Amino acid sequence: MTPDWNKDLKVKFTVQDPCQLVRKSFGDPVAEDLRYVVKNVVGEENFIDMSPNRSNNYCCGGGGGFLQSGYPEERRQYGEAKANQILATGADYCITPCHNCHAQVHDLSEIREHPWQTVHLWTLICLSLGVLGENEREYLGEDLKNVAMYGA
Amino acid sequence: MGEPAIKLGTKRSSTFIDKVKDLLPEGGNLDLCLTCGACSSGCPATGIGGMDARKFLRMAALGMDEEIQQSPWVWHCTMCQRCIYVCPMQINIPQLVFYARQSWPRDQRPKGILGSCDMALRNDTCSAMGATEEDFEFVVEDVLEEYREAQPEFKDMEAPVNKQGAYYFLNQNSREPVTEPDEMVPLWKILHLVGADWTYGTKGWAAENYCMFMADDEAWKHIVEVKAKAVEDLGCKVWLNTE
Repeated sequence: MTPDWNKDLKVKFTVQDPCQLVRKSFGDPVAEDLRYVVKNVVGEENFIDMSPNRSNNYCCGGGGGFLQSGYPEERRQYGEAKANQILATGADYCITPCHNCHAQVHDLSEIREHPWQTVHLWTLICLSLGVLGENEREYLGEDLKNVAMYGA
Repeated sequence: MGEPAIKLGTKRSSTFIDKVKDLLPEGGNLDLCLTCGACSSGCPATGIGGMDARKFLRMAALGMDEEIQQSPWVWHCTMCQRCIYVCPMQINIPQLVFYARQSWPRDQRPKGILGSCDMALRNDTCSAMGATEEDFEFVVEDVLEEYREAQPEFKDMEAPVNKQGAYYFLNQNSREPVTEPDEMVPLWKILHLVGADWTYGTKGWAAENYCMFMADDEAWKHIVEVKAKAVEDLGCKVWLNTE
């Protein structure tokens, strides 16, 4: 993996610590592993942590069945804390290494007309490996639709 | 203008919190609340419908069972456990919320969660979207073949299904095979490039478990058992769930 693709672009990334993975399962050590991978994928200077973070991070509001429970207004009210955290970083992208987080953080961005993009970690790992094809870029913004294209 | 004072009953022999305390591990410690408010001050669910974590616990402690058991807030708390993390007494409010969910008649719990749980119980894939064993195997094979042909570096890439003795058993959220199958591919590529020995299973492949969110213990247990059996039947060493 190499962050070279982002050396000149300087696209900024933050990361969502999933409650289930970090606070509820493996704690801060796995949050450090996550940052190690993310920094090697996007470049250390292009990573901005949200605050609070790691085990102390706020839940995005996608957990506990909230996405399916039929309370969209309440879910989005819950998500305001998360949206404000992401907006405060000024990052172009929020990496969400959890399926529920991805759906919720994406929705929080959508109702604000996409001030940030929401992306799976696997997408960025493949981008940094130079093996991400054009059909695997659903969650990338226009700025990265053609960057480091596989086979180009 | 203040709200009228709430009058508490005086002769309540067994309250919700007593029942919950019996169920808590280590004897339970719901009485140890210092009312400091650390739970609520750092909780995104604070204020939704006028409720918050400290209030919820105080209501339980005061025996306001009816209010507790009728509050939709139990479906707005995600049980993320940040309140336990910051609580000086490590009081397990999410567990209280879970038992409050359980106190709702099953058919009155949120329809979306109920429907997803019941769908997952229908067949051994455990898919909340109802994808069958045949559906899943077909989509995986179809997508794999397409990428092998289109991307030469990955002509030998595999996405095994029911590979006996594989080291990793990988779960997959139903959303990918059902609505956006291309999103499965980046993970396959990573596993291919690192030389991982992995497999999907036609049984128990779906990563989601809405029966857990439903607080339906029997159904939750059933789902976990079906998945665990699928892993064991293939003789896999590590069960990877990407949820």
